[in-house]
Amino acid sequence: MSETLLIQLLVSALGMGFIFALIAIGLTLIYGVMDVINFAHGEFIMIAMYATYIAFATWGLDPLVTLPVAAVLMFAFGVAVYYLLIRHVLGGAMHAQIFATFGLMVFLQAGAQFFLGADYYAVSGSLLSGVVRIGGVTVPLPHVAAIVGASLTTAVLYWFVFRTGPGRSLRAASQDRQAALTVGINVDRVFALAWGIGAACVGVAGSLLSNFYYVYPRVGALFVLVAYVTVALGGFGSIHGALLAGVLIGLLQVFAGFFISSELKFVPVFLVYLLVVLLWPRGLAGKA
Amino acid sequence: MAGQVRPRPHGRRIAGVVSIVILLAALILLPQLLQGRPFELRLVTIICLYSVLGQGWNILGGFAGQTSIGHGMFFGLGAYTSTLLLIMFGVSPWIGMIAGAAVAALFGIFIGFSCFRLRGHYFVIATLVVAEIVYQVAASWDFVGAASGISLPVKEAGLANFQFHRDKTGYYFIALAMLVAVTVLAAWLRHSRLGYILRAIRDDEDAARSLGFSPLSYKLIAMAMSAAIVGVGGVFYAQYVLYIDPPSVLALQLSVIIALIPIFGGVGTVSGPIIGTAVIIPISEYSRVLFSGSGRNVDLLIYGFLIMAIAVYLPNGVVSILARPSVRTMVQRVGRRFGLDPKTGEENSKQPAETPA
Repeated sequence: MSETLLIQLLVSALGMGFIFALIAIGLTLIYGVMDVINFAHGEFIMIAMYATYIAFATWGLDPLVTLPVAAVLMFAFGVAVYYLLIRHVLGGAMHAQIFATFGLMVFLQAGAQFFLGADYYAVSGSLLSGVVRIGGVTVPLPHVAAIVGASLTTAVLYWFVFRTGPGRSLRAASQDRQAALTVGINVDRVFALAWGIGAACVGVAGSLLSNFYYVYPRVGALFVLVAYVTVALGGFGSIHGALLAGVLIGLLQVFAGFFISSELKFVPVFLVYLLVVLLWPRGLAGKA
Repeated sequence: MAGQVRPRPHGRRIAGVVSIVILLAALILLPQLLQGRPFELRLVTIICLYSVLGQGWNILGGFAGQTSIGHGMFFGLGAYTSTLLLIMFGVSPWIGMIAGAAVAALFGIFIGFSCFRLRGHYFVIATLVVAEIVYQVAASWDFVGAASGISLPVKEAGLANFQFHRDKTGYYFIALAMLVAVTVLAAWLRHSRLGYILRAIRDDEDAARSLGFSPLSYKLIAMAMSAAIVGVGGVFYAQYVLYIDPPSVLALQLSVIIALIPIFGGVGTVSGPIIGTAVIIPISEYSRVLFSGSGRNVDLLIYGFLIMAIAVYLPNGVVSILARPSVRTMVQRVGRRFGLDPKTGEENSKQPAETPA
């Protein structure tokens, strides 16, 4: 197999991998802090992708320009979802929380179809489209952008979570909610922050994705399924785990799709998940 | 009154039996009422089918406490097993039903055997992932029709062939019979030794183990029963619609609905899955009929909104309404009018342990 092909596969694998990682980090952050699985996470991606597409189609704004705006808007959206919905089901059973986010998922999906129809849309001819030559090898620019954008975002996120005050309270609330309350951390606000950051992560992921992926009302389903697996593979609540698992899954999916069958490209990913959790029941780096 | 044995009062038992008999008679006479109304007949048939699926899920998810969002795979396994047997060997769907249940149960045991060591969300995701593998394999395997699915051969209408064409009442009665059977099973299970052991394992696995009950073997029993019931539902579906493909019998959406119904009605209760279906399915069917003409998914918009509203206002399922103080006093007042002892109106699950004298 030629070296060129290998590099091309590697670039698209890492591109997808970092996108998966970014989506999964958002999901795992919310889970880690409050033990809630957000079933509507995929629909958050869909909203970010639509926002990026609409900005491009109506005002000619490039996804690169929309990206920070999408991140900020999605942050606000995540916070709003927390205050309007999630906050009201926290006291109830775990089932109620599953229900709430599942209802939100159906609602957002149907809403997208109601307002925008079931058609497929694609951003074409953006700044980050086409190919780029790196060291004599032609690689798709959107994938390179995804690697750069997603890894930069992850770096910022790491800095925020591990080096700043709010990040510290986030980790505190995730390690021991009761203790965090005792030392005067406003847990309610921390929860809202987790939802905001989780949504902002997929805002970035959605903007990067729209450079090389169609957007349609059900687009989230594909990514979120992989995101659940990524989160569980990495270990629920672990940011390092999500990053590692995301990249791993990107590699697996692209190489399996190329060498085995494009129809079954997710089967090896799922099998690896089963294998990993059967060996290490808490994933690669899960909290006990 | 603590420590005092409270036998189930005779009057209440008779009232219970009478109301069940009346309910059953009404359900059996229902098709007479629905003659010439195929939509309503289909609706009640589907309600029976989904109640069966909900009861099946509830045995594993409610009694044994193992939340699965992969039960669609058992539905699909049942449907594919009976259909392939029918097409390739001409095996009667009734035997296919047993085979479908057996295949689903075996597959369930296989999954349980490897995945029951996972706890909490890791198990949930594992069921999701296995179901998705089954989906993708079915969708790309030509032997089972791949993505284009399988059409069942149309046979002469009648109970023996498990097919009804012009008058679909037969399907309703089969679905109703299935529902009665699984409900009786669930009611028995609730008060049986097995049911208590399962709930003990659900509430505290380590404590149950210390009493000498192997959590794994009991969970496997629950899994096998649960998968077999849902598999039988899949066989019924294949015969009812006469066409199966991965999106209709193996989709994630199906797995989620199967889990949502008992959760909505009340997890771990006998009536929960039926109540859940009786509320959710009509909402989704009627809103589809009323609003889907626009092709804009208004039905799902309403459906999603209602689910969120339920999560906020009824976090413990519809059955929890009955446990509310205001509703309880009302029920007791009605009960007193019929000469029943009000104090035994509820199941005495919270009763302290008896100390033998």
